[in-house]
Amino acid sequence: MNPFQRILTVWRRNLDVYLVTWKVNFLPPLLEPMFYLLAFGAGLGGFVKVIPYRGGEVGYTSFIAPGMIGISVMFSSFFECTYGSYIRMYYQKTFDAIIATPLSLEEVILGEILWGATKSFISVTIMCVVVRAFGFMQFPDLIALPFVAFLGGLFFASVAMCFTSFTPGIDAFNYPIFLFITPMSLFGGTYFPIEGLPAWAQQVAVFMPLTHLTSVTRSIAFGHWDMGVFVRLAGFAALVAPLMILAVRLMKRRLIV
Amino acid sequence: MAAIVAQALTKHYKDTVAVNAISFEVREGECFGFLGPNGAGKTTTMKMTYGFSPVTSGRLEVFGLDVLTRSREVRAQTGVCPQEDNLDPDFTVRKNLIVYCRYFGIDPVEAAKRADELLDFVALREKAGGPVMALSGGMKRRLVLARALLNKPKLLILDEPTTGLDPQARHVLWDKIRELRRKGVTILLTTHYMEEAAQLCDRLVIMDKAKILVKGSPAELTAKHARPTVVEVWNPPAAAEAWIKARNMPCERFGDRLYVYPDAGEALQRELVTKFNADQVIVRRGTLEDVFLRLTGRDLRE
Repeated sequence: MNPFQRILTVWRRNLDVYLVTWKVNFLPPLLEPMFYLLAFGAGLGGFVKVIPYRGGEVGYTSFIAPGMIGISVMFSSFFECTYGSYIRMYYQKTFDAIIATPLSLEEVILGEILWGATKSFISVTIMCVVVRAFGFMQFPDLIALPFVAFLGGLFFASVAMCFTSFTPGIDAFNYPIFLFITPMSLFGGTYFPIEGLPAWAQQVAVFMPLTHLTSVTRSIAFGHWDMGVFVRLAGFAALVAPLMILAVRLMKRRLIV
Repeated sequence: MAAIVAQALTKHYKDTVAVNAISFEVREGECFGFLGPNGAGKTTTMKMTYGFSPVTSGRLEVFGLDVLTRSREVRAQTGVCPQEDNLDPDFTVRKNLIVYCRYFGIDPVEAAKRADELLDFVALREKAGGPVMALSGGMKRRLVLARALLNKPKLLILDEPTTGLDPQARHVLWDKIRELRRKGVTILLTTHYMEEAAQLCDRLVIMDKAKILVKGSPAELTAKHARPTVVEVWNPPAAAEAWIKARNMPCERFGDRLYVYPDAGEALQRELVTKFNADQVIVRRGTLEDVFLRLTGRDLRE
């Protein structure tokens, strides 16, 4: 086996577990967008009819749909490689079992990150179907979104794995979640444009990865394939490799003693 | 040819020395035991052997391969039963084996064949489709053993394979281990149970405080380090103890028991019963457990 095949066996293990309970696993990405589209689209959207975007105006629901997709990319991969990976590492000792075979810890960690990104891909694919069924976003542009989700998923999964490498226990994941993940999901250009924030907060928002991810998903959802999309995607791609290396190093420091 | 060669093998954790310059050789096809109290360095030695824990210094070769640089090749021909069960709770019994085969690059057809053969070997065929969580402790250990055999290992590492099992489950596992030894698998075993070591091991070492104290076959060690005859007196009358001490017989007192090491056990037993009315006097041969306690002491380790 080559290294990539070995990494895939770890990924495949997680996929197999996911498929054992696929009916339950498919529910959140299926139902969540429905609830949000109803609450914000039909509910809040009744009061906030349009929102400024790119010098014009767009309907509120069509504005937040790509925001929800960005949030889902972040949540799926981040939760998988924090809680999910920690349970496999610490409680189930799955990593220990695997590294008693020819696989190395590096390959296990990369397999986990690859799986985290796959969770983002699956969630966004299901969400796109739902959102399209509600009449938002268009073909063929939305086909690109799951692939953007995969790239964004690699980014957030790697960051998550870094947190997993030094968390003292499973409850300590509350720190990154309430310090980074929740604020990003609210202020990262998801439910309203960051231009609505005070100047100082806008400056903070520029440094949030999710701001750039939702900018990409929104541009694609509205069919604007401009330079900004490619620059941002290139930025994520450039960050993914060093973050993966960092995650692997930190995990080795934790587990190989 | 030697299956494992360790020379001055040393492992340091942050501020402790877990294994301190130990040397040993395991011959191909033998069952080699590591005995010792908790914290003696047994598990660390096992973990270094399959490359799980890096060697701090010294030499460690498995089948002629340096574990430091070629641990992947070592692991390809090694099966590991860790101390803690780390089966996959999300999969069925059989699926645990199928998924584990992938890590060795075994193709799906062959994996299915080996899984079924090994489920027969450990008598878990009937449980194949059931969840792992529903297995008893003994069944889980058997499944871990089956999993360790999927890659047809030349070396099998068993870290406390029967700890916490009932006697029936223990004997079943011993049978399996002996069967594997007959087939020529080299076995490395750690245990707290002297009986287990005596039953299974061709040779063994006793470790304590990161060092090897003695090496040899169970019979050699018993002959060399245990007294041939032991008389145990439970709740000895004070007069009896004084009488034994006055006759300069070697003896030791632990709690409510007096251990006497006479030349003639039965004669002493008769005298104790008739002279002092001592009613609980047992005569037995010296065992590996006596060797162990003599060398490592009777103090609690944890």
